[in-house]
Amino acid sequence: MMLLAIDLGMVIEKLILIVVVVSASLVIAMYTTFAERKVAAILQDRRGPNRAGPFGLLQPLADGLKLFFKEEIIPAFSSKTLFILGPALAMITAVMTSAVIPWGDHVELFGRNINLQIADINIGILYVFGVVSLGVYGIMIGAWASNNKFSLLGGLRAASQIISYELAMGISLIALLMVTGTLSLKEMVVQQQAGHWNVIYQPLGFLIFLICAFAECNRTPFDLPEAENELIGGYHTEYSSMKLGFYLFSEYINMFISSVIMATLFFGGYDMPFVNEVNLSPNIAALVGIAALMAKVICFIFLFMWVRWTIPRFRYDQLMHLGWRILIPLALFNMLATGGVILYFSK
Amino acid sequence: MNITTLVFILLSVLAVGSAIMMITSKSPVNSVLWLIVVFFTISGHYILLNAQFLAIVNIIVYAGAIMVLFLFVVMLMNLNKETEPVKNYRLQLIGIVAGGALLLLIISAIMKIDAQQLVQMKVGDEGLIKSLGMNLFKNYVLPFEISSVLFLSAIIGAVVIGKKD
Repeated sequence: MMLLAIDLGMVIEKLILIVVVVSASLVIAMYTTFAERKVAAILQDRRGPNRAGPFGLLQPLADGLKLFFKEEIIPAFSSKTLFILGPALAMITAVMTSAVIPWGDHVELFGRNINLQIADINIGILYVFGVVSLGVYGIMIGAWASNNKFSLLGGLRAASQIISYELAMGISLIALLMVTGTLSLKEMVVQQQAGHWNVIYQPLGFLIFLICAFAECNRTPFDLPEAENELIGGYHTEYSSMKLGFYLFSEYINMFISSVIMATLFFGGYDMPFVNEVNLSPNIAALVGIAALMAKVICFIFLFMWVRWTIPRFRYDQLMHLGWRILIPLALFNMLATGGVILYFSK
Repeated sequence: MNITTLVFILLSVLAVGSAIMMITSKSPVNSVLWLIVVFFTISGHYILLNAQFLAIVNIIVYAGAIMVLFLFVVMLMNLNKETEPVKNYRLQLIGIVAGGALLLLIISAIMKIDAQQLVQMKVGDEGLIKSLGMNLFKNYVLPFEISSVLFLSAIIGAVVIGKKD
């Protein structure tokens, strides 16, 4: 019985790509936790972790092992299935976005042309948006299942915050779509390779997107769902062991993925400036592309950390005020202005 | 039997199964979560019909926004089994009659469909975003604008109700 009409080579190719992309995201997120502690140390004039391995490079492994070996406590009055489902969902939604990101152009291995993108669907950017909007479930379900008032408050804060900032994010994306005229992330990168980076056409849109990305990742100054001096640990108060680790870890994966998305949408993705990729052989061009993307991503991740250790947390009413009264009107204005300019030049 | 039929059967079983779970589960939070699963399976059906835009918008709007609000309200109201209102038989009877009428309507609509032309395989560009946009803004621009006015008035109404001091 012939079930799959696609050739087996492509299936294996995609499976390998998925494994590589997911494990790469996990490793990068692991070392982002290390980088966060080092950056915090530098900004606060400390040394940071330097005991485990040379320069403390084995610190993330030690942290992970510690979390795995800790006692696991499930509260007696919690709903057990949902309590476990919460961190799992947080992790899944964090990793799912990587499916539509173009990591590079293509490589030629064993006579095959391998696209460095898991799925080039023609609604790529909407897929990203859909997964982002699902990210709140992990937090909400975990918070409710904990059967703890602090957790519930943290979860509700997370939900209302993410819903509020999604709107401005979506509207800023609409303006970007009007400029590029495509929903596929791959095509957007190809356009930017040929022309200019989108940030030149959409500076305001990028700023709005950046602020919303901070809010969607629950990063300072928007980390109210886990504000430790009001809510103990926020939505993960009752969690221990690796389930807590999953929640903390998914934040870093989200940070990495949203950095990649910002680099792809506004900063040319795997486009290396001042280098014409067509002149290079495909494999070297792909490597150069991946390196360029990673360099951009590292800049963004550093920005995330820099902001975290510089700016204090918002008050909750300030957060809502910024979201609804400033960002959404600004995003609407940006959309109208973009539409007007496009209409004027297309005449 | 090809892969499409197999996926279709799998999705349908999942959809109906989780819909039943949604109705029968005692806890409102579980009901909401099962409803989200139903939305995902429906999105799967849309993808099977090559209507990718519809699929993803279904997830963004229903699973990503509306159900979050549902969950929000259910969690805040802290609905438990003890506080569930007492069911009376008259209400149940009305429910059965209304549901039965809807079932009859759906069955009569399905009976009229030509079974050979349910799904057009490999030609379905209709559901893609380009043809959808062309249809909405060229052929159906008036209904589209009228429904946007309706949405706008709903938003304003919600704000007015919310501002009640």
